[in-house]
Amino acid sequence: MFETTSINKKNITQQKLVRIGLGTMTGILILPVALILGTLIYKGAPMISFEFLFTGPTKGMTAGGIFPALLGTVLLVLVALLASVPLGVAAAIYLSEYAPDNWFTRSINLAIINLAGVPSIVHALFGVGAFVIFFGFGTSILAASLTLAIMTLPVVIVATRESLQAVPMSFREACWNMGATRWQTIRRVVLPNAVTGILTGVILEVSRTAGETAPIMFTGAAFFLPLLPQGVLDQTMALSLHLFVVSTQVPNMPEQLPFGVALVLISMVLLMNSLSIALRMYLRGKKKW
Amino acid sequence: MSEKMAQTAAGAGSDFDRLTLDWYIDKLVQALVFIGGISAIVFIIGIFVFISREGFGFLLGEFNFKEFFFSPNWRPTSETKETFGILALVAGTASVTGLAMLIAIPFSLGAAIFIAEFASGKTREFLKITVELLAAIPSVVWGFIGLAIMNPIIIETFDVPVGLNVLNAGVILGLMAAPIMTSIAEDALNAVPDPYREAAEAMGATRWQVIYKVVLPAAKNGLLGAVLLGVGRGFGETMAVLMATGHSINIPTSVFDSVRALTATIAAELGETAAGSPHYQALFTIGIFLFVITFIINLAADLVVRGVKKG
Repeated sequence: MFETTSINKKNITQQKLVRIGLGTMTGILILPVALILGTLIYKGAPMISFEFLFTGPTKGMTAGGIFPALLGTVLLVLVALLASVPLGVAAAIYLSEYAPDNWFTRSINLAIINLAGVPSIVHALFGVGAFVIFFGFGTSILAASLTLAIMTLPVVIVATRESLQAVPMSFREACWNMGATRWQTIRRVVLPNAVTGILTGVILEVSRTAGETAPIMFTGAAFFLPLLPQGVLDQTMALSLHLFVVSTQVPNMPEQLPFGVALVLISMVLLMNSLSIALRMYLRGKKKW
Repeated sequence: MSEKMAQTAAGAGSDFDRLTLDWYIDKLVQALVFIGGISAIVFIIGIFVFISREGFGFLLGEFNFKEFFFSPNWRPTSETKETFGILALVAGTASVTGLAMLIAIPFSLGAAIFIAEFASGKTREFLKITVELLAAIPSVVWGFIGLAIMNPIIIETFDVPVGLNVLNAGVILGLMAAPIMTSIAEDALNAVPDPYREAAEAMGATRWQVIYKVVLPAAKNGLLGAVLLGVGRGFGETMAVLMATGHSINIPTSVFDSVRALTATIAAELGETAAGSPHYQALFTIGIFLFVITFIINLAADLVVRGVKKG
């Protein structure tokens, strides 16, 4: 009754070919990157040691470790989070719980998209013009971290807004019916149900912030400093800028050292991202509604 | 009885007092989160104002429209005559971004279709996570890859003296932009309602026919939005193009020419200029130019994607 006609056969062959073709394209996209990462690990792994991670550079940065850069990146990320997480969560609460659907909210959303799309070097120029010069912070951790905070604000806003909106409307309605105000509802019902989702966004932001180079080049990160920073108004070294410096600015650099720095940086970033993905999957598995 | 009612009323009265306090807290919080809400707009305006503030002196003084946009000579520190022409820098950015898109558009759309429409179960989950992780690799690491891995490969394969050129930066930028474009394009494909597919399948269409005739046309705007965002990303990329293009001022005639990009020029030169000098202000003027272009690209992407939701 259902005989395979020639036109059917042709369609089936065509479909198989398309499937193989698109699969190959996906592979071509992923394979070179896998090879590149393999090379990074192969050449960088011998560099990694306790000494490399916990001592400072010596001999004009051609030897020694990366500790000041590692510490600097941690400091930059922490200060940036202190500024961007409260602001980003507030923005997301406004957009998810209060904002009416009108042109004004649409322009906020457009501004968020643009904030994420503005080139990182333009953020750097803004950081120089606003924080370093206008507010008089000088080139400092504070100026660099605030520049990073504004640049990565959209990551927190988008992740938080999504996890707030994933809390079912009926939860809020039940709470309102008990006579609770909007804020009581948000604090007691909406936020507790969204907190893990917000956390995935914050971890993603840590990863983004740690990897950025251009925004901190002129706002607070230095090529080399003999001393560790003593406060937020000091300059600092940073891992991402350190990779740029050791791979382009220093003569007689041993070939292996930049690979070691690159491997530490990329491990840090990918670890953060994996953590965020794992948390998200755990959350999806746990969800009862 | 009436006593009891009076008590209830009194109770309710004190209750209302408490509610008033809560009501004020509620309003206060509403005001606070509103400040958070408008912060994105404040920052976008702030970026424009502060960059303009630093670049304004140049726009009023040395700025010469014809020289700025049509002269290929960028000689900001020349002792005889300073020239600020960004044509060669625009050509550098355009050639690298163009090559990157030539690589990234077909592969990322292909990968997005494969992940959204063909792959299933574990394979699909694995591919999605891989794409997400690839998108997270920092640009300075990509620049280093161009410098330390791609450079020797290009020199050896094509027998050219320098491996830092349009080809190197284009491939790096393509690999960099592809994961982001793939995940946005995949979202656009997933947004096409399943009944569309079911209706077509019920008519006897094969999977590919369903995709080609139904899914792709329905997701057209979302896919275009993904491409535009990829272009914006390539255009604004700084560290990778600074490290992989060779950084020499050139209007390229082949993919083996070294070039210099707009973004990389700012990154390389801002540290060496004196604040307030014409060179410094000219770099901020390039910043204004970059800001305006990316703003237009993002606006266009947003309008195109919104078109899909209305239709």
